[in-house]
Amino acid sequence: MYRRQMLLAALAAGCASLTAMPAAAGDDPFRIGLILPMTGPFASTGKEIGAAVRLYVAQHGETVAGRRIEVVLKDDGGVADATKRIAQELIVHDKVSVLAGFGLTPLALATAPLTVRAKVPMVVMAAATSAITEKSPYVTRTSYTTPQVASVIARWAAGSGIKTMVTLVSDYGPGLDSEASFTRSFEAAGGKMLGTLRVPLQNPDFAPFLQKLADLRPDGVYVFVPSGVGAPFMKQYIERGLDRSGIRLISEGGITDDEILDSEGDPALGAITGFHYSAAHDSALNRDFVTAFMAANPGMRPNFMAVGGYDGMALIYKALEKTGGGGDGDALIGAMKGMSWESPRGPIAIDPETREIVQNVYMRKVERVDGALWNVEFETFEAVKDPGKAPS
Amino acid sequence: MTDQSIFLSASKPRHDSDAATRRALDDLRRVGRLRPAELLFWGAALASFLVLPGSHLLLSQTAILGLFALSLDLIIGYAGIVSLGHGAFFGLGAYTAGIVSVRLTEEPLSGLVLGGLVAALAGALTGPLLTMRATDLSRLMVTLGIATLLHEGANQLTWLTGGADGLSGVTVAPILGLFEFDLIGTTGYGYCLIVSFVLFLAARRVVTSPYGLSLRAIRDNALRARAMGIPVAARLVGIYAFSAFIAGVAGALLTQVTMFTSLDVLGFERSADVLLVLVLGGVGYLYGGLIGAVLFTVLQDRLATLSPQYWQFWIGLILVVIVLIGRDRLAAVPVRLRAGLSGRKAAAGEGEA
Repeated sequence: MYRRQMLLAALAAGCASLTAMPAAAGDDPFRIGLILPMTGPFASTGKEIGAAVRLYVAQHGETVAGRRIEVVLKDDGGVADATKRIAQELIVHDKVSVLAGFGLTPLALATAPLTVRAKVPMVVMAAATSAITEKSPYVTRTSYTTPQVASVIARWAAGSGIKTMVTLVSDYGPGLDSEASFTRSFEAAGGKMLGTLRVPLQNPDFAPFLQKLADLRPDGVYVFVPSGVGAPFMKQYIERGLDRSGIRLISEGGITDDEILDSEGDPALGAITGFHYSAAHDSALNRDFVTAFMAANPGMRPNFMAVGGYDGMALIYKALEKTGGGGDGDALIGAMKGMSWESPRGPIAIDPETREIVQNVYMRKVERVDGALWNVEFETFEAVKDPGKAPS
Repeated sequence: MTDQSIFLSASKPRHDSDAATRRALDDLRRVGRLRPAELLFWGAALASFLVLPGSHLLLSQTAILGLFALSLDLIIGYAGIVSLGHGAFFGLGAYTAGIVSVRLTEEPLSGLVLGGLVAALAGALTGPLLTMRATDLSRLMVTLGIATLLHEGANQLTWLTGGADGLSGVTVAPILGLFEFDLIGTTGYGYCLIVSFVLFLAARRVVTSPYGLSLRAIRDNALRARAMGIPVAARLVGIYAFSAFIAGVAGALLTQVTMFTSLDVLGFERSADVLLVLVLGGVGYLYGGLIGAVLFTVLQDRLATLSPQYWQFWIGLILVVIVLIGRDRLAAVPVRLRAGLSGRKAAAGEGEA
């Protein structure tokens, strides 16, 4: 029977290729396991971070404290069980000293318990749910947390004479986190919430929600939608005349994501957002970063994901320098705690207590500069800690 | 070939002769015995456990995917029910095992069995929807719809499932109090392998029973089967629930080996992938899902290592080529090779095995 022959052939092929696992190299490099969604709906996250990591290595050399750096890039497709398995394989077979990447919250949460057993530091470069760093003493983060940004926007709104607000968020985990955090901070600052609007994540039609918003007549609306949905939202907002209704539109920075901002066109002009990174951040370091990034990756502009990856590599390099090339997990995470340095986004630090990033959060406005749209920063909130864990 | 002959003999009217019934039962018994090639397959699986300790993590995922595809083969290959939402049962099993671990007990076997049972119950409840309008298109829609409902349900029930963040805090105690889940994945693979083998035997027993035969009669011609006195709806719901049970166990295995579960277990991609795996390995002989899973995961792992960004292009290309060339012709290559070596005609190879 053909099928049985095929069965044998399949097994032979399977065994042959499985035995060809990578053998341990002789010169003992310092390996960094980088797990990113390079395919699937979140591939753009992986692309930005991957490019930034390559740039960092190209700029800062492949040797740190006498150890050769080797980045092992793996694709998890944004699926949690794949992330966990790949992380386990990287630890057991490739003997990586640090895990990095993690494009989405579930991917990071699935892997965190593993780092306790394996004593391997894990640098979260993208996922933004506050609780991630609490799941293991080996987790640290170089992206941002949702409450970190949302609470600042709420404080800014309350301080700009806005008395009443409505939130409009995509109905999924990060959106709800952002809504809760904004509401808490805005009410704490003396503001009043008039309502919460939740828009379906898939194929959103904003019309009924915008109508509801117009009926509620708040002073302002806080919007959190995934970056791809930003453009259609802005367009409908203007088409329905809400930009002239006196309701001030204030959003989380994902809506004017640097990667796609320029293609959003005129509807995005003037949009006010709060975020931790803008490619238009005014510093020499950032100008160099953006120029080098765009030169190495034609057609791409670095966004907050890219800067998270870039700073993640910086953190690993600096920790390795501090340990003098030692790859022990406890020593590395110990070295990372309290580290502070200048990033393209401004000064940042790792909180020694929570291993969470402490950074400036900026209020920005979309403007046309040299023919392209940019998020131009106009107000800075310095050294913001994650309010998700601050009170403890 | 053999399948066809049993089918023909069994589909003769019952009053025709007792001899026909006897012959059919004899045929079934013959088919029910494990063949050398099958022993070889499971021998190879056991060997992979012993010789490839470095690949136990990947092999665990292969075994789970294989078991999941096997469950789909039961309904597509044997009962003719097409489904685009089999991930619903996989996900139900995965979440049940996770919730059992978080809230009830960390003992793995109870989570495994409960995962299967909850999925089977869901299968038994939704099965009748598939027999009401028994066209392929309506079945695709119904199964897809149920999977989407469950996905959104798990997304909304944050207090129970963890919502979009996934269900963390799943811990699994040593199996039978003896075998702890280790980092290399050895316990996990042994566990997956044994569970898969036991369920495979159960599935094999079902499809080589008179019950399994009646399913094939329904698959080939439901009207005629009903005319012969086969209770079509009850049989279909029965096999659907059994298939859901196996899918649920596969999902529970994934949760326990990963010690985490999230919404992607209920995603459409999962249902589509398993269909792909089954088509790759071949429908209607139980091993298709298992072989498809081996091929698929090995291909995926190798290609993704070579090219993390563009591996999907290559896997797509390879799948299209495999389908265009035809599995049979591809599988015939070793037969021809061997025939060529021993100087015989390729056709002679057909008769053996």
